[in-house]
Amino acid sequence: MDECSVLIGGKAGDGINLAGQTIARIFTSLGYYAYMYYDYPSLIRGGHNFSVIRASTHPVGTHRSGIDILLAMDPTTLRRHQNDCKRDALIIFNSDIVRSDAGSGIPLKTIVEKREGSSVMENTAMIGALASAIGMEWDDLASVISHEMRKSTGKNLDIARDAFQLQVDKKELRWIGQSPGILLSGNEAVSLGLLSAGLNGYIAYPMSPSTGILHFMAAASAETGLQVFQPESEIAVITMAEGMAYAGAKAAVGTSGGGFCLMTEALSMAGMAEIPITIILAQRSGPSTGTPTYTAQSDLHFAIHAGHGEFPRFVFAPGDPQQAFEWAGHALSLSWQFQVPSVLMTDKTLAEGLYTVSPELLQAHAPVYVPVPESEGEYHRYRDTGDGISPYAVPPLFGSVIKGNSKSHDERGISIDDGEHLSSMTRKQMKKVPLMKKVVSRLNPVHISGNVDSDVCLISWGSNAPLCREAAQIMGIKSVQPVVMHPFPESEMVAATRNSSMTFLLEDNYSGQMADICEAHGIPVDVRLPRFDGRPFTIDQLIEDLWGLAE
Amino acid sequence: MTHGLITDAQNTWCQGCGNFAIEHAIKDVILRLEAEGTPRETIVLVAGIGCHAKIADYLNINSFYALHGRAVSFATGICMANPDLHVICCVGDGDTYAEGIAHLLFAAKRNVNMTVLVHNNRVYGLTKGQVTPTSPMEYHGKSNPSESGEISFNPLELLLSAGCSFIARGYTQHQDELKELIYAGMSHSGFSCIDILQICASFLDKTEEYDEQVYVPANHDPEDFDAACRLVREYMYADSGKIALGIVYRVGRETFHVGTPHQQQEYSGKESFVRRFIDGRR
Ligand code: SF4
Repeated sequence: MDECSVLIGGKAGDGINLAGQTIARIFTSLGYYAYMYYDYPSLIRGGHNFSVIRASTHPVGTHRSGIDILLAMDPTTLRRHQNDCKRDALIIFNSDIVRSDAGSGIPLKTIVEKREGSSVMENTAMIGALASAIGMEWDDLASVISHEMRKSTGKNLDIARDAFQLQVDKKELRWIGQSPGILLSGNEAVSLGLLSAGLNGYIAYPMSPSTGILHFMAAASAETGLQVFQPESEIAVITMAEGMAYAGAKAAVGTSGGGFCLMTEALSMAGMAEIPITIILAQRSGPSTGTPTYTAQSDLHFAIHAGHGEFPRFVFAPGDPQQAFEWAGHALSLSWQFQVPSVLMTDKTLAEGLYTVSPELLQAHAPVYVPVPESEGEYHRYRDTGDGISPYAVPPLFGSVIKGNSKSHDERGISIDDGEHLSSMTRKQMKKVPLMKKVVSRLNPVHISGNVDSDVCLISWGSNAPLCREAAQIMGIKSVQPVVMHPFPESEMVAATRNSSMTFLLEDNYSGQMADICEAHGIPVDVRLPRFDGRPFTIDQLIEDLWGLAE
Repeated sequence: MTHGLITDAQNTWCQGCGNFAIEHAIKDVILRLEAEGTPRETIVLVAGIGCHAKIADYLNINSFYALHGRAVSFATGICMANPDLHVICCVGDGDTYAEGIAHLLFAAKRNVNMTVLVHNNRVYGLTKGQVTPTSPMEYHGKSNPSESGEISFNPLELLLSAGCSFIARGYTQHQDELKELIYAGMSHSGFSCIDILQICASFLDKTEEYDEQVYVPANHDPEDFDAACRLVREYMYADSGKIALGIVYRVGRETFHVGTPHQQQEYSGKESFVRRFIDGRR
C-alpha cells in the first residue's frame, strides 16, 4: 500500500482524538504525510466519536472515502462505518464488546485489566494491534508510544505489546523513509504564528472550535510571559484586548461566529479609534449556536462587513497549518503596521484537523515595533500623514497627552462633529487602503497550483484549499486559492483565472459567498459547489463530482 | 490644547451640572498627586458614553473615550498591559450599572487596580431623561410613563457582594469631601469604586433632597464588612433614608495580575518556545 486510511471510532470520552493523533504519528514515523479528521458531537460523554487518519506519500490535507483499516472500539463504530470500508479492508475490533464474523478480534478490555490499566488504555491496545497489522517493528512502535504517552509509559508499553503479539492478520505498509515533518493542528499553527510575530497577550472566551488556541496559549504563558486571560464575555474579551493595545501590548483574541457577533461593537471601535487588534475567527456551522462541533465557511461576508460604519480592515483565510502559521503572523504585524483590525478566519476542519508540516516551512516573523512619534511638536494621536498612518505612542509619553477616541474626533483625539473634520478624518483613515493592498500583494495573496496551463480552474478558500490542490493535481486542472479575503486581491485573482474557460468554486456554505465576491470583481464562476452539512468533502467525492460536472 | 489640565475643547455641559464638580475634583487630585511625585503622564482616564464621558475631551490628560458600558473592561486591559499606569474610569450610572454592570462587578471581583468614578445622576442625560438602574421609583421619563414595580439597584450593596475592596460614596455638592475620596481611591491598591451622587440640572435636580439626606457617619469602621453592609442598606436608592457619605468599605487584597507585562516580555523567549515546540514534535 502507498496510501492508507484508518478509521478509529468509539464513545465520546474514550480518547479517540488522542488515539488518532498517535496513529498519525505512527504514519509520519514511517515516512508518510498524515492528515487526521476528527468527528465528534457536542457531548462530553456518550455519543459516537471517530477519527479518520490518512497516510500518503505526498502532502495531504483531506481524507478519503474508502477505509483500509477500521478500528472498532465499540459496536456502534462497526455498525456505522462497515460500509465505508474497501472490499479488502482489515477490521480490528474490540472482541470483549463487539461481535463480528470478519476481521480480527482483540480483547482490549481483558488485556488492559490484566495489566491493571485504566479503560482509556484500550486505545493503546488497539494501537498495538494496528502497528502489528501494518508490519511495524516493535521497537519503532515503542518509541512512538514513549513519545506520545508521557504518563504511565511503562503500563502503556506492556498493554501495546500484548495486543501487538495477538494481532496476526496483516495489511502491511512499508517504511518509506524519514518522517517528512511534524504534526500540527490549525489551532496550534495559529498560536505559534502569533507568538513568533511577538504576541504579548491572548484573551478569549471558550468557544469551539477556537478553544484549542486558548488552551495552547495558557500552557505557553509560563515560559513566554504571554498574558493569557479568559474574562466574563466576548465583549470583555475584545475591549480588554483593545485596552492592552492602547497601552502598547500586541493582543489577539479568538472565537467563533457567535462570539464574533458580540465583538462587532468593539470591532467598530477599533475602526474608529484606529486600534490594532487581531481576531481569530474559527468558523463552525451557524447561524446562532448552530452545530458547535461541525465545520462551515459561512461567515465570510460577515467578517468582511462586521461592525457599523466604514473602516479599513484585513481579512485573511489560510488553508493549512503552514499558511495559518504564516498569516497569523502577518495578521498581527499588519494590524500594528496600519493600526487597523485584522480577522484571521479558520474553520473547524483546519482548526482541529491534524496535518504533517515540514518545520522548515514555519519561518518566524520579526515582530513589528510601535512607530515612535516624531520628537518635535505636540503629539497628536491621529495626525494626518501622507499615508494616513499616524505615529502610535503609548502612555506615559512625557510632555504629551495621548487621546484615543471611539467617537468622531480631530487629529488630537478630541470629539468633533463638524462636517469638515468628519470628512477629513474619514479620508485620512481610508488613505491607508491603497497601501494595505500594496503590502498584501507582496505577500503572495493568491496561491496557484496544479496544472497552471489548464483552462479549467478550481477555486477554493480556507480549509478546502489542500483538498482542491490535490484534486487539481490528480485531474490536471488549475487550483486557485485566495488567502487574502479583504482587501480582495483583485488583480492577482483576475490574472490567475483569466485563461479559464470553466471555473468551479467549492465552499462550505449554501449561497456561495466567495463566488459572489469573485463575480463582483469580474471573475465568472460557472459552477458553484456548495456544501452545508457540516462535514468536509473527501477527495474521492470531489473528484467524482467534478468529473460528472465537467462532462 | 492648553498646557493646563483643562483642554480648549468647548464645554457643553448644562449650567449647574454636577459634572463640573467631578471634573474639578479630579483636576485637583491630579495636581496633588503630581506634587507628591506622580507624573500626570502616568495617569490614564477612560470614559464611557454619556454626559459624563465628555470629561475625556475636557481634561488634558491621557484618555480613551470608550464605548457605552465598556470603559471598565477597556481599562482592565490597560491595567494588565501596564500595571504602572494610574487608571481612572469615569462612567455614568446608565453606562456602568446597566450596559456595563457585568464588567464592573467582574473588575471588583478581580480587584483590578483602577479607580471607578460613577457619575450617578440617576437619569440618562444625553439621551434626554430616560430611567437608569438607580432612578428613583417615582421618576418617570419619556420611556417609562407608568409605574412598573421595578426597584432600583443598590450598586454599593452589589459591589460589596462582588468583593470590591474599596467602596465610597461622594456627592457633587460636597467638593472637599469628594476630592478626599478620589484621592483615597487612587491611593488604594486594587479596585476602588466611588459612587458619586451627581445632580443633573436639566432632568433630575435632587439638590434639595440630597442636602437633607446626606451625612457623614461618625465612628464607621470601613474595615468592618458587616458594618459596611448595614450602612449601604440604610439607603436603597429609593427616596427615603439617610445617605451616608465617605468610605464605606476598604480592605487590602492582592491585585489582579496576569502573566508578564509586555515591556518585560522578551521576544527571544517566544522564539525559543516556538522552536522548542516544533522540535518536540519531531
Ligand atoms: S443633561 Fe444633566 S448630566 Fe447632562 S450635562 Fe445637562 S445637567 Fe449635566
